[in-house]
Amino acid sequence: MLTIDQLSLQLPLYASWWKRDWATCLDEFSLTVFPGEVHAVVGASGAGKSLLAYAIMGLLPTPARLNGQLYYQGKPLNASRQRQLRGRELALIPQSLSALDPLVRTQRQVTWAAQRAGQPSAHAWHASQQALDHYQLDARAQQAYAHELSGGMARRVLTAMAHVSQAKLVIADEPSVGLDPHQRQRVLDALRELANQGKSVILITHHLRHALPIADRVTIMRDGKLVETAPACAFQDSGASLTNAYSQALWLALPDNAFATTAISRREQEAHVA
Amino acid sequence: MLKARQLSFHFAPKVPLLQDISLTLCAGQWLGLSGDSGAGKSTLGQLLAGYLAPQAGDVTLDGEALPKSGVQPVQWLPQSPELAVNPRWRVGKILREAWTPSDTQCQAFGVQAKWLSRFPQSLSGGELQRVCVLRALAPGVRFLVADEISTMLDPITQVELWQALKREAEQRQLGVLVISHDTALLERLCPQRLHLSEGQLKPW
Repeated sequence: MLTIDQLSLQLPLYASWWKRDWATCLDEFSLTVFPGEVHAVVGASGAGKSLLAYAIMGLLPTPARLNGQLYYQGKPLNASRQRQLRGRELALIPQSLSALDPLVRTQRQVTWAAQRAGQPSAHAWHASQQALDHYQLDARAQQAYAHELSGGMARRVLTAMAHVSQAKLVIADEPSVGLDPHQRQRVLDALRELANQGKSVILITHHLRHALPIADRVTIMRDGKLVETAPACAFQDSGASLTNAYSQALWLALPDNAFATTAISRREQEAHVA
Repeated sequence: MLKARQLSFHFAPKVPLLQDISLTLCAGQWLGLSGDSGAGKSTLGQLLAGYLAPQAGDVTLDGEALPKSGVQPVQWLPQSPELAVNPRWRVGKILREAWTPSDTQCQAFGVQAKWLSRFPQSLSGGELQRVCVLRALAPGVRFLVADEISTMLDPITQVELWQALKREAEQRQLGVLVISHDTALLERLCPQRLHLSEGQLKPW
Protein backbone atom coordinates (compact mmCIF):
# COMPACT_ATOMS: atom_id res chain seq x y z
CA MET A 1 0.00 0.00 0.00
CA LEU A 2 2.54 2.54 1.18
CA THR A 3 6.27 2.16 1.09
CA ILE A 4 8.65 4.63 2.60
CA ASP A 5 12.17 4.20 1.34
CA GLN A 6 15.14 5.81 3.11
CA LEU A 7 13.30 8.99 3.95
CA SER A 8 15.39 11.78 5.48
CA LEU A 9 14.04 15.10 6.62
CA GLN A 10 15.81 18.21 7.85
CA LEU A 11 14.26 21.33 9.28
CA PRO A 12 15.97 24.70 9.78
CA LEU A 13 16.79 25.77 13.29
CA TYR A 14 17.72 29.32 14.15
CA ALA A 15 20.34 29.56 16.89
CA SER A 16 20.21 33.33 16.56
CA TRP A 17 18.62 35.67 14.03
CA TRP A 18 21.22 35.17 11.34
CA LYS A 19 22.52 31.72 12.11
CA ARG A 20 20.71 28.80 10.53
CA ASP A 21 21.41 25.18 11.42
CA TRP A 22 19.69 22.09 10.12
CA ALA A 23 18.10 19.67 12.56
CA THR A 24 17.76 16.13 11.26
CA CYS A 25 14.25 14.97 12.11
CA LEU A 26 14.01 11.78 10.08
CA ASP A 27 17.09 9.78 9.26
CA GLU A 28 16.85 7.17 6.50
CA PHE A 29 13.50 5.95 7.69
CA SER A 30 11.95 3.01 5.86
CA LEU A 31 8.54 1.49 6.41
CA THR A 32 6.02 -0.61 4.50
CA VAL A 33 2.32 -0.65 5.30
CA PHE A 34 0.06 -3.36 3.90
CA PRO A 35 -3.68 -3.20 3.25
CA GLY A 36 -5.82 -4.37 6.15
CA GLU A 37 -3.28 -3.76 8.86
CA VAL A 38 -2.93 -1.35 11.71
CA HIS A 39 0.69 -0.33 11.82
CA ALA A 40 1.60 1.43 15.03
CA VAL A 41 4.49 3.88 15.05
CA VAL A 42 5.64 4.33 18.62
CA GLY A 43 8.38 6.63 19.82
CA ALA A 44 9.43 9.13 22.42
CA SER A 45 8.34 12.73 22.17
CA GLY A 46 10.54 14.46 19.63
CA ALA A 47 11.24 11.27 17.69
CA GLY A 48 9.69 12.73 14.55
CA LYS A 49 6.44 10.75 14.52
CA SER A 50 4.18 13.63 13.55
CA LEU A 51 6.66 14.86 10.95
CA LEU A 52 6.47 11.42 9.37
CA ALA A 53 2.71 11.88 9.02
CA TYR A 54 3.16 15.33 7.50
CA ALA A 55 5.80 14.02 5.11
CA ILE A 56 3.41 11.33 3.85
CA MET A 57 0.61 13.85 3.41
CA GLY A 58 2.88 16.49 1.88
CA LEU A 59 2.11 19.03 4.58
CA LEU A 60 5.63 19.92 5.65
CA PRO A 61 6.59 23.58 6.01
CA THR A 62 8.29 24.96 2.89
CA PRO A 63 11.88 25.26 4.11
CA ALA A 64 12.03 21.53 4.94
CA ARG A 65 14.63 19.45 3.11
CA LEU A 66 13.32 16.04 2.17
CA ASN A 67 15.30 13.14 0.70
CA GLY A 68 14.26 9.62 -0.14
CA GLN A 69 11.24 8.12 -1.85
CA LEU A 70 7.61 7.48 -1.03
CA TYR A 71 5.57 4.96 -2.99
CA TYR A 72 1.80 4.68 -2.83
CA GLN A 73 0.29 1.62 -4.52
CA GLY A 74 3.51 1.03 -6.38
CA LYS A 75 3.83 4.50 -7.87
CA PRO A 76 6.01 7.31 -6.55
CA LEU A 77 4.15 9.69 -4.31
CA ASN A 78 5.35 13.16 -5.27
CA ALA A 79 4.02 16.59 -4.34
CA SER A 80 1.41 16.84 -7.08
CA ARG A 81 0.11 13.34 -6.44
CA GLN A 82 -0.04 14.07 -2.73
CA ARG A 83 -2.14 17.17 -3.44
CA GLN A 84 -4.42 15.09 -5.61
CA LEU A 85 -4.82 12.20 -3.16
CA ARG A 86 -4.98 13.79 0.26
CA GLY A 87 -8.48 14.08 1.60
CA ARG A 88 -9.49 11.44 -0.92
CA GLU A 89 -7.29 8.37 -0.67
CA LEU A 90 -4.99 9.59 2.07
CA ALA A 91 -6.56 10.86 5.25
CA LEU A 92 -4.93 12.33 8.31
CA ILE A 93 -6.53 12.45 11.73
CA PRO A 94 -4.45 15.30 13.11
CA GLN A 95 -3.17 15.54 16.65
CA SER A 96 -4.30 19.09 17.14
CA LEU A 97 -8.00 19.70 17.66
CA SER A 98 -7.59 23.13 16.09
CA ALA A 99 -7.73 21.33 12.74
CA LEU A 100 -11.52 21.67 12.87
CA ASP A 101 -13.01 24.73 11.20
CA PRO A 102 -14.26 26.93 14.06
CA LEU A 103 -16.99 28.59 11.99
CA VAL A 104 -18.81 25.51 10.77
CA ARG A 105 -21.13 23.10 12.49
CA THR A 106 -19.99 19.50 12.88
CA GLN A 107 -22.28 17.95 10.33
CA ARG A 108 -21.40 20.41 7.57
CA GLN A 109 -17.74 19.84 8.26
CA VAL A 110 -18.07 16.09 7.88
CA THR A 111 -20.21 16.56 4.75
CA TRP A 112 -17.42 18.61 3.22
CA ALA A 113 -15.02 15.76 3.83
CA ALA A 114 -17.41 13.43 2.01
CA GLN A 115 -17.81 15.84 -0.89
CA ARG A 116 -14.09 16.22 -1.24
CA ALA A 117 -13.94 12.47 -1.76
CA GLY A 118 -16.17 12.92 -4.79
CA GLN A 119 -19.62 12.07 -3.45
CA PRO A 120 -22.56 14.12 -4.78
CA SER A 121 -23.85 16.54 -2.15
CA ALA A 122 -27.15 14.78 -1.37
CA HIS A 123 -25.33 11.54 -0.83
CA ALA A 124 -22.56 13.24 1.11
CA TRP A 125 -25.06 14.60 3.63
CA HIS A 126 -26.45 11.15 4.12
CA ALA A 127 -23.00 9.61 4.45
CA SER A 128 -21.92 12.16 7.02
CA GLN A 129 -25.10 11.47 9.01
CA GLN A 130 -24.28 7.78 9.02
CA ALA A 131 -20.68 8.34 10.03
CA LEU A 132 -21.67 10.64 12.88
CA ASP A 133 -24.20 8.11 14.12
CA HIS A 134 -21.58 5.43 13.83
CA TYR A 135 -19.26 7.35 16.16
CA GLN A 136 -22.17 7.99 18.52
CA LEU A 137 -22.26 11.73 18.16
CA ASP A 138 -25.78 12.78 19.06
CA ALA A 139 -27.96 15.45 17.43
CA ARG A 140 -26.59 18.11 19.74
CA ALA A 141 -22.99 17.34 18.85
CA GLN A 142 -23.88 17.29 15.16
CA GLN A 143 -25.19 20.83 15.36
CA ALA A 144 -22.35 22.09 17.56
CA TYR A 145 -19.41 24.28 16.62
CA ALA A 146 -15.91 23.02 17.25
CA HIS A 147 -15.43 24.96 20.49
CA GLU A 148 -18.59 23.42 21.96
CA LEU A 149 -17.27 19.88 21.59
CA SER A 150 -15.33 18.09 24.30
CA GLY A 151 -11.87 16.77 23.42
CA GLY A 152 -13.19 13.26 22.98
CA MET A 153 -16.06 14.38 20.75
CA ALA A 154 -13.75 16.47 18.56
CA ARG A 155 -11.48 13.47 18.11
CA ARG A 156 -14.44 11.38 17.04
CA VAL A 157 -15.50 14.09 14.57
CA LEU A 158 -12.01 14.04 13.05
CA THR A 159 -12.18 10.25 12.86
CA ALA A 160 -15.62 10.45 11.24
CA MET A 161 -14.17 12.82 8.61
CA ALA A 162 -11.44 10.32 7.79
CA HIS A 163 -14.10 7.60 7.69
CA VAL A 164 -16.44 9.31 5.18
CA SER A 165 -13.61 10.28 2.90
CA GLN A 166 -13.30 6.54 2.23
CA ALA A 167 -9.56 6.90 2.29
CA LYS A 168 -7.53 3.78 1.68
CA LEU A 169 -4.77 4.95 3.98
CA VAL A 170 -5.64 6.58 7.29
CA ILE A 171 -2.94 8.17 9.42
CA ALA A 172 -4.05 8.75 13.00
CA ASP A 173 -1.74 11.05 14.90
CA GLU A 174 -2.08 10.53 18.67
CA PRO A 175 -5.82 9.82 18.50
CA SER A 176 -6.02 8.65 22.11
CA VAL A 177 -4.42 11.58 23.90
CA GLY A 178 -6.56 13.26 26.54
CA LEU A 179 -9.41 10.79 26.36
CA ASP A 180 -10.73 8.80 29.28
CA PRO A 181 -10.38 5.01 28.94
CA HIS A 182 -13.92 4.50 27.68
CA GLN A 183 -13.71 7.05 24.88
CA ARG A 184 -10.20 5.99 24.02
CA GLN A 185 -11.36 2.44 23.47
CA ARG A 186 -14.10 3.67 21.16
CA VAL A 187 -11.69 5.65 18.98
CA LEU A 188 -9.17 2.83 18.83
CA ASP A 189 -11.85 0.26 18.00
CA ALA A 190 -12.98 2.50 15.16
CA LEU A 191 -9.46 2.45 13.71
CA ARG A 192 -9.28 -1.33 14.01
CA GLU A 193 -12.55 -1.57 12.16
CA LEU A 194 -11.22 0.56 9.30
CA ALA A 195 -8.36 -1.89 8.95
CA ASN A 196 -10.78 -4.83 9.02
CA GLN A 197 -12.49 -3.26 6.01
CA GLY A 198 -9.23 -3.63 4.10
CA LYS A 199 -7.85 -0.15 4.64
CA SER A 200 -4.41 0.63 5.99
CA VAL A 201 -4.07 2.49 9.24
CA ILE A 202 -0.91 4.09 10.56
CA LEU A 203 -1.39 4.69 14.25
CA ILE A 204 1.07 7.22 15.60
CA THR A 205 1.28 7.25 19.36
CA HIS A 206 3.68 7.28 22.26
CA HIS A 207 1.46 4.95 24.27
CA LEU A 208 2.72 1.49 23.54
CA ARG A 209 0.15 0.08 25.92
CA HIS A 210 -2.79 1.62 24.02
CA ALA A 211 -1.48 0.65 20.60
CA LEU A 212 -0.77 -3.03 21.28
CA PRO A 213 -4.33 -4.43 21.46
CA ILE A 214 -5.31 -3.14 18.01
CA ALA A 215 -1.99 -3.13 16.14
CA ASP A 216 -0.71 -5.87 13.85
CA ARG A 217 2.82 -4.60 13.68
CA VAL A 218 4.66 -2.04 15.75
CA THR A 219 7.51 0.15 14.61
CA ILE A 220 9.62 1.67 17.33
CA MET A 221 11.15 5.00 16.41
CA ARG A 222 13.84 6.97 18.12
CA ASP A 223 15.38 10.31 17.18
CA GLY A 224 14.09 9.98 13.62
CA LYS A 225 15.58 6.55 13.14
CA LEU A 226 13.87 3.24 12.88
CA VAL A 227 14.74 1.03 15.83
CA GLU A 228 12.73 -2.07 15.16
CA THR A 229 9.59 -3.30 13.46
CA ALA A 230 8.07 -6.19 15.36
CA PRO A 231 4.72 -7.98 15.38
CA ALA A 232 2.51 -6.78 18.22
CA CYS A 233 2.60 -10.22 19.83
CA ALA A 234 6.34 -9.82 20.50
CA PHE A 235 5.46 -7.39 23.29
CA GLN A 236 4.65 -9.77 26.10
CA ASP A 237 6.22 -11.09 29.29
CA SER A 238 9.81 -9.94 29.39
CA GLY A 239 9.90 -8.99 25.72
CA ALA A 240 12.55 -11.61 25.03
CA SER A 241 11.71 -11.91 21.34
CA LEU A 242 12.43 -8.23 20.75
CA THR A 243 15.79 -7.89 19.08
CA ASN A 244 16.61 -4.35 20.06
CA ALA A 245 17.63 -3.30 23.57
CA TYR A 246 15.80 0.01 23.29
CA SER A 247 12.45 -1.53 22.42
CA GLN A 248 12.90 -3.99 25.27
CA ALA A 249 13.63 -1.15 27.66
CA LEU A 250 10.57 0.70 26.39
CA TRP A 251 8.40 -2.32 27.04
CA LEU A 252 9.82 -2.99 30.51
CA ALA A 253 9.48 0.65 31.57
CA LEU A 254 5.68 0.51 31.47
CA PRO A 255 4.11 1.01 34.90
CA ASP A 256 2.44 -2.39 34.86
CA ASN A 257 5.69 -4.12 33.92
CA ALA A 258 8.92 -3.49 35.81
CA PHE A 259 8.55 0.35 35.82
CA ALA A 260 12.31 0.60 35.83
CA THR A 261 14.92 1.70 33.40
CA THR A 262 17.33 -1.07 32.73
CA ALA A 263 20.97 -0.15 32.99
CA ILE A 264 21.28 0.32 29.24
CA SER A 265 18.91 3.18 28.86
CA ARG A 266 20.77 6.05 30.50
CA ARG A 267 24.25 5.03 29.47
CA GLU A 268 23.20 4.18 25.97
CA GLN A 269 21.25 7.37 25.69
CA GLU A 270 24.33 9.41 26.45
CA ALA A 271 26.36 7.46 23.95
CA HIS A 272 23.55 7.98 21.52
CA VAL A 273 23.57 11.75 21.98
CA ALA A 274 27.33 11.93 21.69
CA MET B 1 1.11 19.94 56.14
CA LEU B 2 -1.19 21.04 53.33
CA LYS B 3 -4.78 20.88 54.38
CA ALA B 4 -7.99 21.47 52.47
CA ARG B 5 -11.10 21.83 54.61
CA GLN B 6 -14.59 21.29 53.19
CA LEU B 7 -13.84 22.81 49.83
CA SER B 8 -16.77 23.52 47.56
CA PHE B 9 -16.34 24.87 44.10
CA HIS B 10 -18.47 25.57 41.07
CA PHE B 11 -17.83 27.36 37.78
CA ALA B 12 -21.49 27.92 36.98
CA PRO B 13 -23.97 28.57 39.81
CA LYS B 14 -26.20 25.57 40.57
CA VAL B 15 -23.75 23.21 38.86
CA PRO B 16 -21.54 22.13 41.76
CA LEU B 17 -18.26 20.56 40.70
CA LEU B 18 -16.66 19.82 44.07
CA GLN B 19 -18.62 19.48 47.29
CA ASP B 20 -17.28 19.45 50.84
CA ILE B 21 -13.90 18.04 49.94
CA SER B 22 -11.37 17.59 52.71
CA LEU B 23 -7.85 16.45 52.01
CA THR B 24 -4.56 16.36 53.89
CA LEU B 25 -1.17 16.07 52.29
CA CYS B 26 1.78 15.60 54.65
CA ALA B 27 5.43 16.32 53.97
CA GLY B 28 6.97 13.41 52.09
CA GLN B 29 3.62 11.85 51.26
CA TRP B 30 2.69 10.66 47.76
CA LEU B 31 -1.02 10.79 47.16
CA GLY B 32 -2.66 9.63 43.94
CA LEU B 33 -5.82 11.15 42.50
CA SER B 34 -7.78 9.57 39.67
CA GLY B 35 -11.14 10.29 38.12
CA ASP B 36 -12.97 10.56 34.80
CA SER B 37 -12.48 13.49 32.44
CA GLY B 38 -14.41 16.45 33.74
CA ALA B 39 -14.65 15.12 37.29
CA GLY B 40 -12.74 18.12 38.62
CA LYS B 41 -9.30 16.63 39.27
CA SER B 42 -7.42 19.55 37.76
CA THR B 43 -9.72 22.04 39.48
CA LEU B 44 -8.98 20.44 42.83
CA GLY B 45 -5.27 20.62 42.03
CA GLN B 46 -5.56 24.30 41.18
CA LEU B 47 -7.50 25.00 44.36
CA LEU B 48 -4.75 23.38 46.43
CA ALA B 49 -2.08 25.45 44.70
CA GLY B 50 -4.03 28.67 45.10
CA TYR B 51 -4.74 29.25 41.41
CA LEU B 52 -8.46 29.25 42.12
CA ALA B 53 -10.32 30.39 45.20
CA PRO B 54 -12.97 28.04 46.58
CA GLN B 55 -16.51 29.32 47.16
CA ALA B 56 -16.58 27.60 50.54
CA GLY B 57 -13.89 26.08 52.74
CA ASP B 58 -10.21 26.93 52.79
CA VAL B 59 -6.74 25.66 51.97
CA THR B 60 -4.10 26.05 54.66
CA LEU B 61 -0.42 25.34 54.85
CA ASP B 62 0.64 24.55 58.43
CA GLY B 63 -2.49 26.29 59.64
CA GLU B 64 -1.91 29.48 57.67
CA ALA B 65 -3.36 30.68 54.40
CA LEU B 66 -1.20 30.32 51.28
CA PRO B 67 1.14 33.30 50.74
CA LYS B 68 -0.03 35.92 48.26
CA SER B 69 3.31 36.70 46.63
CA GLY B 70 6.79 35.29 46.05
CA VAL B 71 7.69 31.74 45.08
CA GLN B 72 4.72 29.64 46.13
CA PRO B 73 5.41 26.71 48.48
CA VAL B 74 2.71 24.72 46.66
CA GLN B 75 3.53 24.38 42.97
CA TRP B 76 1.08 23.25 40.33
CA LEU B 77 2.55 21.42 37.34
CA PRO B 78 0.07 21.61 34.49
CA GLN B 79 -0.63 19.03 31.83
CA SER B 80 0.42 21.17 28.88
CA PRO B 81 3.81 22.79 29.44
CA GLU B 82 3.51 24.88 26.24
CA LEU B 83 0.87 26.98 27.96
CA ALA B 84 2.94 27.38 31.11
CA VAL B 85 5.94 29.10 29.54
CA ASN B 86 6.50 32.48 27.95
CA PRO B 87 7.01 31.84 24.21
CA ARG B 88 9.23 34.91 23.94
CA TRP B 89 11.72 33.70 26.56
CA ARG B 90 14.55 31.34 25.85
CA VAL B 91 14.45 28.06 27.77
CA GLY B 92 17.40 29.10 29.95
CA LYS B 93 15.53 32.14 31.21
CA ILE B 94 12.38 30.10 31.78
CA LEU B 95 14.29 27.52 33.80
CA ARG B 96 15.98 30.11 36.00
CA GLU B 97 12.85 32.13 36.64
CA ALA B 98 12.66 31.21 40.33
CA TRP B 99 16.01 29.60 41.05
CA THR B 100 19.14 28.26 39.37
CA PRO B 101 19.38 24.49 39.34
CA SER B 102 22.83 22.92 39.40
CA ASP B 103 24.22 20.87 36.54
CA THR B 104 23.70 17.61 38.42
CA GLN B 105 20.06 18.48 38.99
CA CYS B 106 19.68 19.29 35.29
CA GLN B 107 21.22 15.96 34.49
CA ALA B 108 18.98 14.08 36.89
CA PHE B 109 15.91 15.47 35.14
CA GLY B 110 17.40 14.97 31.69
CA VAL B 111 17.51 18.66 30.86
CA GLN B 112 20.24 19.14 28.28
CA ALA B 113 22.44 22.22 28.20
CA LYS B 114 21.89 22.74 24.47
CA TRP B 115 18.18 23.40 25.02
CA LEU B 116 18.84 26.45 27.15
CA SER B 117 19.55 28.76 24.23
CA ARG B 118 16.47 27.65 22.30
CA PHE B 119 12.91 28.93 22.36
CA PRO B 120 10.19 26.70 23.85
CA GLN B 121 8.56 26.11 20.44
CA SER B 122 11.59 24.17 19.28
CA LEU B 123 11.43 21.69 22.18
CA SER B 124 9.01 18.80 22.14
CA GLY B 125 6.28 18.58 24.75
CA GLY B 126 8.12 15.99 26.78
CA GLU B 127 11.36 17.95 26.78
CA LEU B 128 9.56 21.09 27.84
CA GLN B 129 7.73 19.21 30.56
CA ARG B 130 11.03 18.21 32.15
CA VAL B 131 12.15 21.84 32.11
CA CYS B 132 8.89 22.84 33.79
CA VAL B 133 9.22 20.19 36.49
CA LEU B 134 12.75 21.28 37.30
CA ARG B 135 11.69 24.94 37.32
CA ALA B 136 9.05 24.18 39.95
CA LEU B 137 11.56 22.69 42.41
CA ALA B 138 12.83 25.98 43.83
CA PRO B 139 14.24 25.75 47.38
CA GLY B 140 11.13 27.15 49.11
CA VAL B 141 8.77 24.67 47.48
CA ARG B 142 7.28 22.04 49.78
CA PHE B 143 4.33 20.56 47.90
CA LEU B 144 3.79 19.65 44.26
CA VAL B 145 0.56 19.05 42.40
CA ALA B 146 1.54 17.00 39.36
CA ASP B 147 -1.40 17.19 36.97
CA GLU B 148 -0.97 14.49 34.31
CA ILE B 149 2.65 15.52 33.84
CA SER B 150 3.81 12.29 32.24
CA THR B 151 0.91 11.73 29.83
CA MET B 152 2.89 12.95 26.84
CA LEU B 153 6.12 11.16 27.74
CA ASP B 154 7.30 7.83 26.43
CA PRO B 155 7.64 5.06 29.04
CA ILE B 156 11.40 5.40 29.50
CA THR B 157 11.35 9.16 29.93
CA GLN B 158 8.36 8.74 32.21
CA VAL B 159 10.23 6.37 34.48
CA GLU B 160 13.26 8.64 34.54
CA LEU B 161 11.18 11.70 35.36
CA TRP B 162 9.35 9.99 38.20
CA GLN B 163 12.54 8.45 39.60
CA ALA B 164 14.25 11.85 39.58
CA LEU B 165 11.23 13.43 41.22
CA LYS B 166 11.05 10.64 43.77
CA ARG B 167 14.70 11.10 44.76
CA GLU B 168 14.27 14.87 45.04
CA ALA B 169 11.06 14.48 47.03
CA GLU B 170 12.67 12.02 49.44
CA GLN B 171 15.64 14.29 50.04
CA ARG B 172 13.56 17.37 50.68
CA GLN B 173 10.46 15.68 52.11
CA LEU B 174 8.22 17.10 49.42
CA GLY B 175 4.56 16.14 49.49
CA VAL B 176 3.30 15.21 46.04
CA LEU B 177 -0.25 14.93 44.72
CA VAL B 178 -0.20 12.89 41.52
CA ILE B 179 -3.21 13.39 39.25
CA SER B 180 -3.49 10.82 36.48
CA HIS B 181 -5.79 8.64 34.42
CA ASP B 182 -3.24 5.89 34.43
CA THR B 183 -4.19 3.58 37.29
CA ALA B 184 -1.12 1.40 36.77
CA LEU B 185 1.09 4.44 37.24
CA LEU B 186 -0.73 5.55 40.39
CA GLU B 187 -0.45 2.08 41.89
CA ARG B 188 3.28 2.20 41.31
CA LEU B 189 3.88 5.64 42.70
CA CYS B 190 1.42 6.27 45.47
CA PRO B 191 0.69 4.15 48.54
CA GLN B 192 -2.48 6.18 49.14
CA ARG B 193 -4.91 6.79 46.31
CA LEU B 194 -8.17 8.65 45.99
CA HIS B 195 -10.81 8.56 43.29
CA LEU B 196 -12.83 11.68 42.49
CA SER B 197 -16.30 11.21 41.11
CA GLU B 198 -19.43 13.31 41.31
CA GLY B 199 -17.69 15.85 43.48
CA GLN B 200 -16.70 13.36 46.19
CA LEU B 201 -13.42 11.69 47.11
CA LYS B 202 -13.22 7.97 47.77
CA PRO B 203 -10.12 5.94 48.64
CA TRP B 204 -9.21 2.92 46.49
